[in-house]
Amino acid sequence: MNETTQIKWPDDGVSRIPYQIYTDPKNYEREQESIFRGPIWSFVGMGQEIENPGDYQTTYIGDTPVIVLRDLDGEVQVIVNRCAHRGNLVCISKEGTTEELTCVYHNWRYDLQGNLQSVAFGKGVGKTGGMPDDFDQSKHGLQRLRTETYAGLIFATFSDTVAPLGEWLGEEMRENIDRVVGRGMVLLGTYSQYMPNNWKLYMENVRDSYHASILHMFQATFRINRLSMKGGIKLSDNGWHHISYSIAETDREEDQYDSKKLRAVKDGYSLADPTLVKGWREFDCGTTLAIQSVYPNFVVQQITNSLALRLCLPKGPEECELLWWVFGTPEDTDEQRDIRIKQSNMIGPGGVISMEDGVVGGWIQRGTRRDQDKTTIVEMGGRDVASSTEGRATEVSIRGFWRGYRDCMGI
Amino acid sequence: MMEGSVNLSGDVRQQIDDLIADYAHAIDDDRLEEWPNFFVEDCSYRIINRENHEKGRLVGVMDCSSRGMLQDRILALREANVYEPHCYRHMQSGTRIRLVEGDIHHVETAFTVVRTMQEGDMSVFCAGKFVDEITFEDGQPKFRQRVVVTDSNRIHTLIVIPI
Repeated sequence: MNETTQIKWPDDGVSRIPYQIYTDPKNYEREQESIFRGPIWSFVGMGQEIENPGDYQTTYIGDTPVIVLRDLDGEVQVIVNRCAHRGNLVCISKEGTTEELTCVYHNWRYDLQGNLQSVAFGKGVGKTGGMPDDFDQSKHGLQRLRTETYAGLIFATFSDTVAPLGEWLGEEMRENIDRVVGRGMVLLGTYSQYMPNNWKLYMENVRDSYHASILHMFQATFRINRLSMKGGIKLSDNGWHHISYSIAETDREEDQYDSKKLRAVKDGYSLADPTLVKGWREFDCGTTLAIQSVYPNFVVQQITNSLALRLCLPKGPEECELLWWVFGTPEDTDEQRDIRIKQSNMIGPGGVISMEDGVVGGWIQRGTRRDQDKTTIVEMGGRDVASSTEGRATEVSIRGFWRGYRDCMGI
Repeated sequence: MMEGSVNLSGDVRQQIDDLIADYAHAIDDDRLEEWPNFFVEDCSYRIINRENHEKGRLVGVMDCSSRGMLQDRILALREANVYEPHCYRHMQSGTRIRLVEGDIHHVETAFTVVRTMQEGDMSVFCAGKFVDEITFEDGQPKFRQRVVVTDSNRIHTLIVIPI
């Protein structure tokens, strides 16, 4: 790594973030190596979407294309989608079923574990051409990654040294995944939100419990999420992962939620069809909202009865793509499924809440581009990285993200 | 037999064409408060991508199951949501009436929407087809169901104005 081109961090903490980090192309390249191929587990898909042997999907880890498949023994494999021969994509389709992986360019054939099986015209034609005698097929397979599945969620890593997935997530993070996902998932829909901003601006937004009832009028006005509700922030021991949660029925009167003080609080605003904001008490713990981020770019969401997974893929320094999986559970009644569908109007690119998260990142990108030497301020709730049981008027989860970032990037 | 269009009397055909054109003009001219009136009270409006639609999945990026929910979308757009001002221009073609079942006309129309942002950036925001169920209420054609099937799974930044 060339130290002279490294971004210089303004201090030894995580409460000042240099604007340069959202635009610098060299820094983007380093992230691909140090984060996405570093000591992390990347979410790559749902096990149930590759249910049968031979089923595959294509996706990305960072911006590296990968194939996620179930091999003929029923094991999940995650393989870099690149032929060993000339680097061509082996799988072109987004999904499908196959018994082997064959590169269309020169018909190099691999089994579903990525082992090279044959090379077209490897012996040449009429004793001329062909591969050299010392070409060893066994050394030229596809690159297979470490893969683990937790609660039906498939993760993979380029790292040989990162801890096993369950340990890397930690107990509190596993508990929330069990709670939201562990009953099984029925996929209700998938879509993508393509945003004109660096991926980290979106991941900061996800961890930003401060903005939720200020930017999003819907959350504040209909008391879906207010800072005056009982709730808190859980951070993993190293600060990398987070959960922000709240319990709507514990909301107390707070004079800062006044229409004269906050734009997001509107008096006299009512819905013609209020069934949108009606849900049912789904969880015994009473939690009505929980946003969890698994470092660096995966999100598990519960907003009342709206459940979703989100994955934010980097697409160059100033663009990213947010993939959504909206789901229910196998136990849902028809009525509960209809409530989830109705509540899906709150999320995604057309969601009355989430649409606004799609736009602020681009505004920051435009606002900061010219002044690369300046920094953001991230010190609501202090300057440290520690769980907060007392409330969510804090930016501690964002600081946790930057703790993980500095750890991985070595800056 | 090839799938084709039903040949309707000129009057009905014209009324359906007018409904589809009037709907697009109301949105493009920012007369959004008129938008719910193109639907019957007990209606369904959904924007869903082609992949999900073909797989029979139920969740798209907008889903309204009553005229009240359509009104709420416009109220939210006017009063609540935060976004950069922009407008649409619908281009529509090839309306065909696939089937008539009693009073319900099953109609499909191809569309493209160009989005223009306040600073002038223009892009092809969305292309796809409307899959409609049109009925007549007091002699006026109305949507009982409008499913907006988008060719792409991607929405750029956000979608707040209906298609």
